[in-house]
Amino acid sequence: MTDPGAAGGAQPREAAPDPGQDMSGLFRGTAGAQALKDPKSGKGIAVTSIPAFVAGAELADLARDDDRIVVLTADLAHANRTIDFASRHPGRFFNVGVAEQNMFSIAAGMASAGLIPFASTFASYAALLACEQIRTDCAYPGMPVRILAHHSGMSLGFYGTSHHSLEDLAIMRAIADLTVVCAADAHQLRAILRASLSHPGPIYIRLGRGRDPQVYAEPPASFQFGRAIRLREGSDLAIITTGSEVHACLGAAESLQAAGISARVIDMHTIRPLDTREILTAAVETGTVLTVEEHNITGGLGSAVAETLADAGVAARFLRHGVPDEHVLLGPPAALYAHYRLDAAGIESTARQLLAR
Amino acid sequence: MTSERARYPRIGSPERERLLARLADRAKFIRLETVRLAEIPGAGHYTGTFSAAELIASLYYAELAYRPGDPAWPDRDRMVLSKGHAAIGLYPVLADVGFFAPGLLDDYTRLGSPFGDHPDMRKIKGIDFSSGSLGHGLSVSVGMALAARVSGRGYRTFCIVGDGELAEGQVWEAAMAAGHYRLGSLVCIVDRNYLSIDGPTEDIMGIEPLADKFASFRWSVQRIDGHDLDAILDAYDRLEPPGQGQPQVIIADTVKGRGVRRMEGDVGWHVGRLAGADYDEVVAEIAGGLQPLGSGAGRD
Repeated sequence: MTDPGAAGGAQPREAAPDPGQDMSGLFRGTAGAQALKDPKSGKGIAVTSIPAFVAGAELADLARDDDRIVVLTADLAHANRTIDFASRHPGRFFNVGVAEQNMFSIAAGMASAGLIPFASTFASYAALLACEQIRTDCAYPGMPVRILAHHSGMSLGFYGTSHHSLEDLAIMRAIADLTVVCAADAHQLRAILRASLSHPGPIYIRLGRGRDPQVYAEPPASFQFGRAIRLREGSDLAIITTGSEVHACLGAAESLQAAGISARVIDMHTIRPLDTREILTAAVETGTVLTVEEHNITGGLGSAVAETLADAGVAARFLRHGVPDEHVLLGPPAALYAHYRLDAAGIESTARQLLAR
Repeated sequence: MTSERARYPRIGSPERERLLARLADRAKFIRLETVRLAEIPGAGHYTGTFSAAELIASLYYAELAYRPGDPAWPDRDRMVLSKGHAAIGLYPVLADVGFFAPGLLDDYTRLGSPFGDHPDMRKIKGIDFSSGSLGHGLSVSVGMALAARVSGRGYRTFCIVGDGELAEGQVWEAAMAAGHYRLGSLVCIVDRNYLSIDGPTEDIMGIEPLADKFASFRWSVQRIDGHDLDAILDAYDRLEPPGQGQPQVIIADTVKGRGVRRMEGDVGWHVGRLAGADYDEVVAEIAGGLQPLGSGAGRD
């Protein structure tokens, strides 16, 4: 099994690599961009489709016109390409070293003085290590801190559980006044970053596996926090997904279509506040709802959708699909997605099982 | 003692005496209000507030630049009460200088009141940052000082931390960052009252040699008697101008519970309640002003 996104095939939206971006410094001891090839994927991946890698450049562009923007990281400036911001706005870039809790509290203090800080680190260290700083210093006082939580889920593959964040949505969506959003690809991330400049309060921005294939041809102009995007119409079932799983769900829907099954695909990018109307509409119109997320099955998108259906008393065939309640195996990401049936083929078969119930 | 930059009246001058009398009176006010407000919920952080009374009074009635009629004034000095449990002594000051009507405090801690045991910046004018979870305030203050630099503003950021709080690792992450960024506009004041909740700091988790610790984190260090108003004003006078110099810490040696004999140096009064005749006695004692320390009070 391969990562459907990386392997191409049924994905028409694959973008060409951006020749203007030199990736050679990222992985030492290899031949530059070749290092980005995942042996399990079998194919190189477009640079433009790596969400975490465009944040620095996009923010640098935005900062030309908005002097409130500052960027922080905790010794991951190269891993998350915030170095692209640092090179253009060195006076507004702060690398605080390996001190994530300090970073989010510093960002909150900056925000209290009128700045809009974008603070970046691995999702596991943002949501777990610095959870209390996000709750107490960002959300409780309503500070406009933007948390760039990259390499979320199990995208850090063989780095293991210490580096995985399969609990972050459950934790973050329980925090009052915090907006929680997942970027499906680089273009959507750009839209999120742009929209964030006029959004009140803090935002947890979950960036996917780090090598997400392209979903959107351009930054969705109509992007709004809390307003889901229906990417594909369908009447037999609705697949509600978010972030790193959006592309694979589109692939699954494509395969289902070939078998005569009409699957609606909804990009529920904002987990909090949740677009409950879109969820209920999908349940009523299709009668079958499958949620798909790169997250522990407990507490994330699937739980949020289940709560919505239960609260409204709307009956539907329903299944939460995600990572089982365990500390996952380690391995290359593509192999993990296949193993846990979170690639297009796995989602397709899961959908068939649900429909056969 | 005072430097060429001294802004406060010369020691011994009538102006100085008037200022000292005023600050001593306001420190007394802080203690009296703390006792009064603690009666409402029936519990209060008396002692950790009393140890900081002269520090808070000297900041708000002498040192800080702020505008009660314009709480969001961008150039105001910032003051982060990282030891948020002393807020019961700060609220009355904020009311007294005009941030809000003093009568609002009569509903302290009641359902829906803006005023709880720890301060909430969204609900209370004059609070520069919410606090309560120990260890965060110095990081927040680093952010404020960095923001001043980014925005080209000349304000100072003051942060009052407790000594028990210094066991929190994040404090030292912040101290390291402040030294690294050379945040000369940042002033940390340590309320060194020698007691945390469970006992003497040096028994629970020793933090000395404290001055050496801050110095090794690239801070400039002063150590003073935190109940001596002359010494406090001199420490402010000795602060380097805000700029690219080292961050500055004032380690204020204090006595937990100072001003009420039965509480001085008594670990049992971290949170407590005065009632009946005890309440009246304590009010009378505070009204009499600071007396020499009793034997057994204070530090080991």
